[in-house]
Amino acid sequence: MSASDQFRTYRPFLGPFDPCPPIQEKSYNVPPQLFISFQPPNLPQFSPYEALKYGTLWPALYGPYPDPSRKEAGGD
Amino acid sequence: MWAYEKKLQYPVRVSKCDPLMAKFLMEQYGGADGELAAALRYLNQRYTIPDKVVGLLTDIGTEEFAHLEMIATMVYKLTKDATPAQMKAAGLGDHYAAHDSALFYTNAAGVPWTASYIAAKGDPIADLYEDIAAEEKARATYQWLIDMTDDVDLQDSLKYLREREIVHSLRFREAVEILKDKQDQRIYF
Repeated sequence: MSASDQFRTYRPFLGPFDPCPPIQEKSYNVPPQLFISFQPPNLPQFSPYEALKYGTLWPALYGPYPDPSRKEAGGD
Repeated sequence: MWAYEKKLQYPVRVSKCDPLMAKFLMEQYGGADGELAAALRYLNQRYTIPDKVVGLLTDIGTEEFAHLEMIATMVYKLTKDATPAQMKAAGLGDHYAAHDSALFYTNAAGVPWTASYIAAKGDPIADLYEDIAAEEKARATYQWLIDMTDDVDLQDSLKYLREREIVHSLRFREAVEILKDKQDQRIYF
């Protein structure tokens, strides 16, 4: 699973009398551990520096946040 | 017993003076899904779990204390130079009244930590599913914390901690598979 495929979106119901400007689309995270029930041996590894930076030795377990495919993401 | 290394598991740098963020970070310090609850939950459960996964609970429980240190460092850096007025402005006036700048195990709303946040049912599957849920809740908490700050250095440490929740969740899921004891039927073996 690629690092850019870890978010799902849905469009919630918007009422005609909602008091605040609506958020048209909501997203939620589906990180990689959901799709690996048992890690197979000999997966490709990050370099030691990358592994420290990312918090995991394996690209297959890396889950970025916020969604890297969303430009506006990254705090307020 | 433990051997202590006098360093953090991952560097913590806080670049923005934002005592309000310290209040929010308390959720991971003394909250229901925080690092203290995680460490105590795993290190307590390990006595009554099958031998095959005791080591996993010891390792992860120990790492949670390393994460607790990182959160403590963030909170300390954000509050150590705050005046009483700044603490009040950050919603930490009631904390200051009881604790000055000392850290204490409360959640972001100031509710003290309680052992009812953790569970030990004695049933290995029930306990491991509890642990998986705790990791996912902690991952989500880190996401909301990342969303609430624009300090890229603080975000960097929080992203590292969030990734560790992902890895721990997978390890607990693997522990369930080991206890199901049906691995000979899996294609990987």
